[in-house]
Amino acid sequence: MLFYIFAILAIVSGAYMVLTRNLLYAGFSLLIVLLSIAGIYVLLFADFIAVTQLMVYVGGVLVLILFGIMLSSRVHDKSVLSENVNTVWGTLVAGLIVVGLSYSILKSNISSLPWLQTMEMDVLGNQKSTVQTIGIKLMTDFVLPFEIASLLLLIALMGAAYIATDKQKV
Amino acid sequence: MNIPLEHILLLSAVLFGIGILAVITKRHAVVVLMGIELIFNAANLNLVAFSRHDPQLLQGQLFSLFVIVIAAAEAAIALAIVLRVYQHFKTANLSDIVTDVNK
Repeated sequence: MLFYIFAILAIVSGAYMVLTRNLLYAGFSLLIVLLSIAGIYVLLFADFIAVTQLMVYVGGVLVLILFGIMLSSRVHDKSVLSENVNTVWGTLVAGLIVVGLSYSILKSNISSLPWLQTMEMDVLGNQKSTVQTIGIKLMTDFVLPFEIASLLLLIALMGAAYIATDKQKV
Repeated sequence: MNIPLEHILLLSAVLFGIGILAVITKRHAVVVLMGIELIFNAANLNLVAFSRHDPQLLQGQLFSLFVIVIAAAEAAIALAIVLRVYQHFKTANLSDIVTDVNK
């Protein structure tokens, strides 16, 4: 039941994010979408992913996006409003994608896949959370992607700082 | 509580469609970026939903962790580029940028 509340909240505020023309309202409705997706992660027994979603997306990416909105639009102008282009074709393409995906999901009968029925619902077992397992896996099986991700973050932050600096003054 | 897998996949499909709609129809570059974040979240939702049925419990959730990390890096780079574009063209509307280039 709680899942449907979060799902409706996510869909409604996502639709409001597309429909509104005010950039700040779009940013705050994206915040509600991200928060309700974090709630759905908790319901899916993924507590570490939920906390990571809260810290990285809501705490980091959304603040960055709000900075972007503030810095790239003159607030007292009309430019904090965003116009739409290609409305008919965009709605048509997105609607066709959603209809096609929903049709294939409903037709493919996913719940009767054999590997989904073997291990039903007993994911946590006798442990309380997924944090310990994720930590052990990150340090053993997934250590190379983990290190590459840290290197990628370093490169991305240095590159972002280099791109955003004013090159005339340096 | 047993959430059916199809409902999570349908929610993810709808969020993906909303993200595609934002990417196609919006003129401001930051809103396009927000649509891309929504698409990443839809993909993550699928990964976590299938990871619930994973006996080792791990691979979907770990993959979604890496997706979150790459999305954060992408947001930082993209916003830096948007700021440079705004300083250069004095606007962040994508269609105005195209007309300025053609001029």
